[in-house]
Amino acid sequence: MWLISKIKQVLMVLKPGIVTLKYPFEPHPVPSDFRGQPEWDHHKCIGCGGCAAHCPARTIMIRDVCQELRIMLYDSSRCTYCGRCSDVCPESAISMSEKFENATEDKNDNTVSLELFMLTCHRCGRCYNHEKTNIIDKMEIRGYRYDSLEYRAVIPMVSEQLNETYLKRTENYQRPKK
Amino acid sequence: MLSGLSKKIFPKSLWIYHCNSGACNGCDIEILNVLTPYYDVERFGMKLVASPRHADVMLISGAVTRPTLPLVKKAYDAIPAPKLVFAIGSCAVGGGCWFDTYNVSGGADKAVPVNYFIPGCPPRPEAIIYGVALALGLVDKKASPVELKQVEFPIDMYERNRAWEDRNAIYKLLDN
Repeated sequence: MWLISKIKQVLMVLKPGIVTLKYPFEPHPVPSDFRGQPEWDHHKCIGCGGCAAHCPARTIMIRDVCQELRIMLYDSSRCTYCGRCSDVCPESAISMSEKFENATEDKNDNTVSLELFMLTCHRCGRCYNHEKTNIIDKMEIRGYRYDSLEYRAVIPMVSEQLNETYLKRTENYQRPKK
Repeated sequence: MLSGLSKKIFPKSLWIYHCNSGACNGCDIEILNVLTPYYDVERFGMKLVASPRHADVMLISGAVTRPTLPLVKKAYDAIPAPKLVFAIGSCAVGGGCWFDTYNVSGGADKAVPVNYFIPGCPPRPEAIIYGVALALGLVDKKASPVELKQVEFPIDMYERNRAWEDRNAIYKLLDN
């Protein structure tokens, strides 16, 4: 009788086959909505520091070496992979990657440092990003010049389509008074 | 180097003692998940034991809180001499969200020397298996520090700072 039950058991086990993952020898894909280690796109980042302000574990630190250089440090050791940094990023420069194999002997292996080159605004003196993805720079390409109200009125126009009559009409534009 | 060394020290099965030092049970569930037939870490010869005196490896999950700190140290001392310590989860690796709160010592490495760090909140069972396999020398390490630079800095600020320090050194010498 015990033999029959054992044979039954073997047959029951044979039906599903081997279910064990061969994980470390074969890759196992992550689900589509998995949040792994956040990745910075350094071409898109404008250095606003929203991610550093929103991080619950404060893993992102901002260090201003000088007026022109801003260093952002990401320390993955205490990151909870909540994805708030990628939610809050205005330029969507941070994306949650599928990287989860972060086991190390040294905590510093999971750090990311990003050096941003910042320019100062002629008017307010604050830093802004140097790259051509920036809005002010885009406007400069279109013919925007600082402190010229006449041209300021025609910012949306490309310089080839510059309308003389429109320029004359906006000649008496005044700076808004307080 | 460490994995090669551990191959020599631990040629046979590793026995694991699981130490919860104030975790939220997320990591503990994942550790138990690793022992299920689906992930099956026992094919590497790992086994969960109840007493630290039988264990080779200590898994610490959770930021080491102040009440558990002496207990974690006691459990670590109870493990016989060639021993490995794994910090599992963000809390154990760096303190998690509570890294600077008053009641938390801020990570397992503040309490006991830690050999391997497995970050994640909680880490996937695959991530834990990967860490174990890394310790056994079955897989290569994939994590490495990343440095991103947006533009090469036009004015060599580093050189400028160094020059300033050099010039400043003269004044320091003058002061002396």
